[in-house]
Amino acid sequence: MRIAFRKGRNSFCVKGLLQPERGETKSIMWENFSEAIYLNFIKDDRWKYYTDGLKVTLIITLFAVLLGVVIGLVVGTIRATHERTHKLKFCNFLCGIYLTVIRGTPVVVQLMIIFYIILASARNKIPVAVLAFGINSGAYVAEIFRSGIMSIDNGQMEAGRSLGFNYIQTMWYVIMPQAFKNVLPALCNEFIALLKETSVSGYIALQDLTKAGDIVRSRTFNPFFPLLTVAAIYLVCVIVLTQGVKLLERRLRQSEH
Amino acid sequence: MKKKVFALTMAAVMAAASMAGCGSNAAETTAAAEETTTAAAAEESDAEETEAASEEESAEGGVLVMATNAEFSPWEYHEGDAIIGIDVEIAQAIAEKLGMELHIEDMAFDAIIPSVVSGKADIGLAAISYDEDRAASVNFSENYATSSLVILVAEGSEIASADDLEGKLIGAQTGTTGEMTATDMVGDENVERYNSYFEAVQSLLTGKIDAVIIDGAPAKVFLTENEGQIKQVGDALSTESYAAVLAKEDTELLEKVNAAITELQESGEIDTIMNKYIPAE
Repeated sequence: MRIAFRKGRNSFCVKGLLQPERGETKSIMWENFSEAIYLNFIKDDRWKYYTDGLKVTLIITLFAVLLGVVIGLVVGTIRATHERTHKLKFCNFLCGIYLTVIRGTPVVVQLMIIFYIILASARNKIPVAVLAFGINSGAYVAEIFRSGIMSIDNGQMEAGRSLGFNYIQTMWYVIMPQAFKNVLPALCNEFIALLKETSVSGYIALQDLTKAGDIVRSRTFNPFFPLLTVAAIYLVCVIVLTQGVKLLERRLRQSEH
Repeated sequence: MKKKVFALTMAAVMAAASMAGCGSNAAETTAAAEETTTAAAAEESDAEETEAASEEESAEGGVLVMATNAEFSPWEYHEGDAIIGIDVEIAQAIAEKLGMELHIEDMAFDAIIPSVVSGKADIGLAAISYDEDRAASVNFSENYATSSLVILVAEGSEIASADDLEGKLIGAQTGTTGEMTATDMVGDENVERYNSYFEAVQSLLTGKIDAVIIDGAPAKVFLTENEGQIKQVGDALSTESYAAVLAKEDTELLEKVNAAITELQESGEIDTIMNKYIPAE
């Protein structure tokens, strides 16, 4: 910042918007502003980059969440079952390896490994990203579900079994509904993290929301609007997601009264 | 006792670190603190490298900070610890003419112009082609080289010229003229924008994309590296001229750089540098 002041340089929008020189009228500010809006959103239909990018981001997040929940449910249940009953030793061993590898490496590296090595000839990148983010998220969701299952008193399982349910039925009808309610805040946290993690999709030339901002930035050389726009869109998405989970939590609480 | 010593050491390190941050207060530090300063400074040297560079600049006014994207052999690339290439040597020669010391900042290609605009770098040299949109944000110096865009495809591809690209997936690096030309040719949805050209070529090799549009000289490097797997087809798509970019306000430096480039061109020094990296055929 110091250097910028010393040399009197600044990006034009900041100068125009925040530091109007003496004598500059409001109309010039407005002109700069509307020109920046034109360059960053309207010229060459640049707004389309943001909407298309948002679409890609949401699609990846949605399917990655679904994949992550399925993987997490299976792995979490196996791990919790092993802890309670000491059965499923081999499955638990495999799940342990999965958790160690996935949680031990950065998601962007996993993404590139899947894109450039494992699915080297895949042309459609969205499924690649869904796979990478889903597998990654599954590891975290698994631990969330495990902690949820473990939080339910063993007496619940015994009660279910004595009523004639088998193990899986007790898990599904008795343990899981209670566990799910307990882990919902942590799960919501994971989904928010996942939504934001998809911003590294640009590494595999996928045009998600972040990459959309990058492309506009590479055209206008003005970081101000593209970056703030992208940030605002992510923020809105997360707020909507959080509110949705809040509603769901309230719904689930009703059974407590 | 051990705890006390540890606490004291930590306090000294913290004090030294905070003073190192202010710079000008360094003279007031006591001898004891100064000893730790070296240790603390060594630890933080990596993180503060850029800060240190800008501080040097303000102290002497003798450092020319050059923004580049060192993933574009032979124009600029990493070899061992150093960043070398045609642009680097030209910038070095310019800096020498201006009596300045060259400091290279390696960054993403699409970050170069914003860095120059915001004053984080004084000059951008990265095989940057003159382009009207770019010229609206920065000043271009005198041209120092010419180049042309070419098409690379996989060996055995059906694509024989630019006319066959319709509806094909084309890869390029974000923010380059190659990417913009590709967008104009096949439309936005058929362009894959990679962070760097080597990733685009990598994808071409595995068949993820059908063609890459790239500058002539780096294309030759990729062709030699992947001989028998990729080939160049069709005629050159355009003729472009490379120039350095400088901030709009920095007209004084622009004049000096222009004078230096003209001198280097007249003395044949630029040709010598070019021939060193791109052997004439």
